[in-house]
Amino acid sequence: MWGGRKLGSSGGWFLRVLGPGGWNTKAARRLISSAVYVKNQLSWTLQIKPGIFNEYRTIWFKSYRMIFSCLNRIKSFRYPWARLYSTSQTTVDSGEVKTFLALAHKWWDEQGVYAPLHSMNDLRVPFIRDNLLKTIPNHQPGKPLLGMKILDVGCGGGLLTEPLGRLGASVIGIDPVDENVKTAQCHKSFDPVLDKRIEYRVCSLEEIVEETAETFDAVVASEVVEHVIDLETFLQCCCQVLKPGGSLFITTINKTQLSYALGIVFSEQIAGIVPKGTHTWEKFVSPETLESILESNGLSVQTVVGMLYNPFSGYWHWSENTSLNYAAHAVKSRVQEHPTSAEFVLKGETEELQANTCTNPAVHEELKK
Amino acid sequence: MAARLVSRCGAVRAAPHSGPLVSCRRWSGASTDTVYDVVVSGGGLVGAAMACALGYDIHFHDKKILLLEAGPKKVLEKLSETYSNRVSSISPGSATLLSSFGAWDHICNMRYRAFRRMQVWDACSEALIMFDKDNLDDMGYIVENDVIMHALTKQLEAVSDRVTVLYRSKAIRYTWPCPFPMADSSPWVHITLGDGSTFQTKLLIGADGHNSGVRQAAGIQNVSWNYDQSAVVATLHLSEATENNVAWQRFLPSGPIALLPVRGPSGQSAHMHAAFPLHFLSAFFWFQGNLPRLFLSDTLSSLVWSTSHEHAAELVSMDEEKFVDAVNSAFWSDADHTDFIDTAGAMLQYAVSLLKPTKVSARQLPPSVARVDAKSRVLFPLGLGHAAEYVRPRVALIGDAAHRVHPLAGQGVNMGFGDVSSLAHHLSTAAFNGKDLGSMSHLTGYETERQRHNTVLLAATDLLKRLYSTSASPLVLLRTWGLQATNAVSPLKEQIMAFASK
Repeated sequence: MWGGRKLGSSGGWFLRVLGPGGWNTKAARRLISSAVYVKNQLSWTLQIKPGIFNEYRTIWFKSYRMIFSCLNRIKSFRYPWARLYSTSQTTVDSGEVKTFLALAHKWWDEQGVYAPLHSMNDLRVPFIRDNLLKTIPNHQPGKPLLGMKILDVGCGGGLLTEPLGRLGASVIGIDPVDENVKTAQCHKSFDPVLDKRIEYRVCSLEEIVEETAETFDAVVASEVVEHVIDLETFLQCCCQVLKPGGSLFITTINKTQLSYALGIVFSEQIAGIVPKGTHTWEKFVSPETLESILESNGLSVQTVVGMLYNPFSGYWHWSENTSLNYAAHAVKSRVQEHPTSAEFVLKGETEELQANTCTNPAVHEELKK
Repeated sequence: MAARLVSRCGAVRAAPHSGPLVSCRRWSGASTDTVYDVVVSGGGLVGAAMACALGYDIHFHDKKILLLEAGPKKVLEKLSETYSNRVSSISPGSATLLSSFGAWDHICNMRYRAFRRMQVWDACSEALIMFDKDNLDDMGYIVENDVIMHALTKQLEAVSDRVTVLYRSKAIRYTWPCPFPMADSSPWVHITLGDGSTFQTKLLIGADGHNSGVRQAAGIQNVSWNYDQSAVVATLHLSEATENNVAWQRFLPSGPIALLPVRGPSGQSAHMHAAFPLHFLSAFFWFQGNLPRLFLSDTLSSLVWSTSHEHAAELVSMDEEKFVDAVNSAFWSDADHTDFIDTAGAMLQYAVSLLKPTKVSARQLPPSVARVDAKSRVLFPLGLGHAAEYVRPRVALIGDAAHRVHPLAGQGVNMGFGDVSSLAHHLSTAAFNGKDLGSMSHLTGYETERQRHNTVLLAATDLLKRLYSTSASPLVLLRTWGLQATNAVSPLKEQIMAFASK
């Protein structure tokens, strides 16, 4: 279990150097041997979770996926038009896809495996609604979000999409798992009002970035960022599809010792609150990391607030403590320079690094991330 | 919480089969039915109030509500001269609910009677308890049921774009959705009416009385028993010109007899009271107590006399003079007093007066009855009932469908209005959170809140009824001392009044 901590910290270094900071030589050295680290990570993970065969396969799969996705990223930065031809699933982790496929038909059982997500609606719907209402001068009673276009990324069975639709918004829900979208589609088809307001699609965010650039008043990525491979790209895409002044809502799990102990060990392995294998601690995102990535993409973070789940009552509560679950609200700045200046910085730094590092192609890929 | 743990272990509240009703049918084809957000089955006082509360709720502006009423539409063109014999005692909490959707204004424009004091005493002893509010607020209002119904109907007509009311329509079959979500089957409740039309709804509210069809169809267990009592109601004309703002109740061994003020001495019920400060008016009448009557109309009161079935049948069929004598003797006679109880009661009274010399509750004498309105005597049987569960997935019970109580405490319709208020509040919050209205998460909140209040009241009323049904000395002694002690402790009386007027 303590191996997990070390593991986590090496994973943390891995993530941090990918962020805007730390381009020093020490970090570069770490990057060179990062491929080795990745392999070490794999062996550590195998030791911690013995006997889960599909875990072995997905982890190997993940490492190859990472390398492939890095190659694709290089292409897309150097040749912007190549984005259209890049692999569709650049941030989607197929291991995660498999996990969710197994539970695709259980979304709408309120007392089933997704019960905590159903009761999380009591927090996240008012959070989204109230923050969006601040931007609407007069709202219609009964349909407060009328006229808002919302994108629900990773909508799953539509648990959060439907309440937003009931509040009057027109919502597009996307999910890479097609069984999920089938369940969601079927569930909303019985309600004539929701049928008109909600649209579901099987795709990832990157696939629709082009056609839906700057069209949404709000993007909701609830319990999603801890499942994507490439957080930076994902958040960039979120920013791209938002109108200037639009809101981004994220709920996710923090990466702390407490979240490992309660979120993985207790929730998954002991109490069975969350199905086994749903979460990987390495992919949890701390609010600081999230904030820094959001700020660097031109999104200004308005609120970060913690959420706590009481497994005995089944209810969620807001909390000052963000060490387990938390929700964040960020607003895309109305001024356009911010995202381009970030791009400049990134381009400049990649050119610099290219000059500094050795010719190892694998390292190039990690750098480009 | 316990229910949640149980349900997490896999036991889901299923709708068991009951008689000819099938609990789980696939309705893959009937997608052309109108899907309502809420259907209220039963258009009585509580059902109509529920439909009004939802229709006027700000978060229900784009929702569709249907009210099903088996009877015809009651149109009250003009208020009749004779007062109806069915009246209800409306608590201040219920009045607040009715005014929240504008029905109370209609009632004020028609007629009602406010009362400030209530005297309850025993036939077997001198013990009495007097409830009154020091701050001169009204304790409650006596309103005819027809007047309330008319006010509710008028308010429903004003929101007919959101609330559809179907008269002469009775649901004959309810079909519940499967407890686990299935791909092809509709997740809504299907209702079939007598004329064959069908609807679907996301939430079915059962407000159809103590023989609730919704409750039976859902298979909800109902704890119920019949009291060996029937209630006789009548409209009485009083012989004196009292200000008539006191409610009287005497516990006879055969059952309680109550006199509720309906009309005051100046011939009007409440118009003047609404205009003038009440304390000024009652002071005026207090000093005028012995002047001959200057006004033309009588003071009216409504009688509710719960007694054994045979005696009730007798009372209804006897001629009017004998009936009036029976009522007067029920209030005035000391035949059930025994010396033992009298001395025991006097002892405690003396002890109380030593401890609390300042507060002496003046015993008032009830008014005597002059005559009874012709054809106003009716009887109906009494019983107790309580549903084990108020909610199921997509079903909620309110009013008499959920609980049925003895009229001795005047709480029956007030508990129903309390249910309406609580459920409307929970549904409003749920609608503003975009939740599925039939979801158990907020329905269990309503159930917990109301069951806590209603079970206490039901238990207390049943206990009082049983306690006062006997003339055995030990129990009479117990209740005499108990009543006197409660009367002496003002905070306790205030607590009781506060609980009952919610």
